[in-house]
Amino acid sequence: MPSLKDIKKRIGSVKNTQQITKAMKMVSAAKLRRAQDAVVAARPYADKMLDVLSNLALREESGVHPLLQERGKGKALVVLMTADRGLCGGFNTNISKKAERFVRENEEGFEDYDILIVGRKGNEYLKSRVGDKITKVHEHVTGNINFGLASLLGEEIIEPFVNETYDAVFLVYNSFQSAISQELTVSQLLPIVPKEIEGDGYSAEYIYEPSRGEVLEQILPKHINVQIFRALLESVASEHGARMTAMDSASKNASEMIGKLTLQYNRARQAAITKELMEIISGAESIK
Amino acid sequence: MSEKLKLEMVTPYKRVLSEEVEELSAPGSLGEVGVLPGHTPLLTTLNVGELTYKKDGETFHVAVNWGYVEVEDDTVTVLVETAEPADQIDLERAKEALGRAEDALKSLSPEDKDFKVMEAALERAVIRIQVAGKRH
Repeated sequence: MPSLKDIKKRIGSVKNTQQITKAMKMVSAAKLRRAQDAVVAARPYADKMLDVLSNLALREESGVHPLLQERGKGKALVVLMTADRGLCGGFNTNISKKAERFVRENEEGFEDYDILIVGRKGNEYLKSRVGDKITKVHEHVTGNINFGLASLLGEEIIEPFVNETYDAVFLVYNSFQSAISQELTVSQLLPIVPKEIEGDGYSAEYIYEPSRGEVLEQILPKHINVQIFRALLESVASEHGARMTAMDSASKNASEMIGKLTLQYNRARQAAITKELMEIISGAESIK
Repeated sequence: MSEKLKLEMVTPYKRVLSEEVEELSAPGSLGEVGVLPGHTPLLTTLNVGELTYKKDGETFHVAVNWGYVEVEDDTVTVLVETAEPADQIDLERAKEALGRAEDALKSLSPEDKDFKVMEAALERAVIRIQVAGKRH
């Protein structure tokens, strides 16, 4: 039976922890709101881009542009997006496992894979498992997502694809559903798959300046950047959502634990009082 | 004129504008493109430059970066990487950027990898200052 002092100490330390988890939850909630706004703001741009692109690409013959070319099943690049920090529940582990499974089970049937990781945690998890496949790691970049970062990643991805080091590129990330749910997503980034356009909504004859080919040429790489940018934003928003949920349940667990410990403390105190009383009474009895 | 154009301007960060305008003029890659209601469908890429539009007789100026314009059924969609309306431009910052770009260009030779980057930065800064000068 732990002494009164021990229990009191434990209650104190649990309370401290709870304060931290509560504060982290609040911070995440604020960050989540900002990240969520960014995701929502980025969607129209990305969607519109895909519309225009699909419209263009479907009119061109396939294979006209290197980024649209379907090639063999040689080597593929997996771009994994994780967080730099932990304490966000299963967020990092789930997505890293997804990437590991994707590479090991090889459902897409590629001969070999390389992995490019964004975020420290993904690297920590995969280093010991499929470390030989990791080609590059970007750490401490998710704190401030901007379009420049996406363009930088885009360049890194497009170049080896164009010079045929890789035959396909996949993005593995958490897509943001709501504050409490994220969806593990694997999407093909390259070669670009144009969206089928329903009906003849785009049948009108367009004037293209400078020319259709050149417009396509300019838009394709941008499209990649936009997709990466969007995935990054989604991943960050998911991270904050996951951390908020994790910290919320941690705070709840702490409350529960404090309750239990307090009960235990009171019982122990009561027992001590009873014992003392009994000692006094029996002492008094014996004097009579 | 009763007919109007619906102008939507979107960047990766946010929807900048969504307004009814009478006319629009954009810095197309083959030269200035003017759009009035009833324009034939058009898709053009944009250069760094100044986009102007007229709303209720008043002219507005926006500094834009790379992007493109799509015109269809009197709807004009402008997708650009950055768009700064004249009254939102930080003139001090633009001037600083201009100074930085000029200094960098002096020390670089045209073959340098960064030369083009700095040249583009210079162009952007010049446009921003130019547009900022037109604020109301």
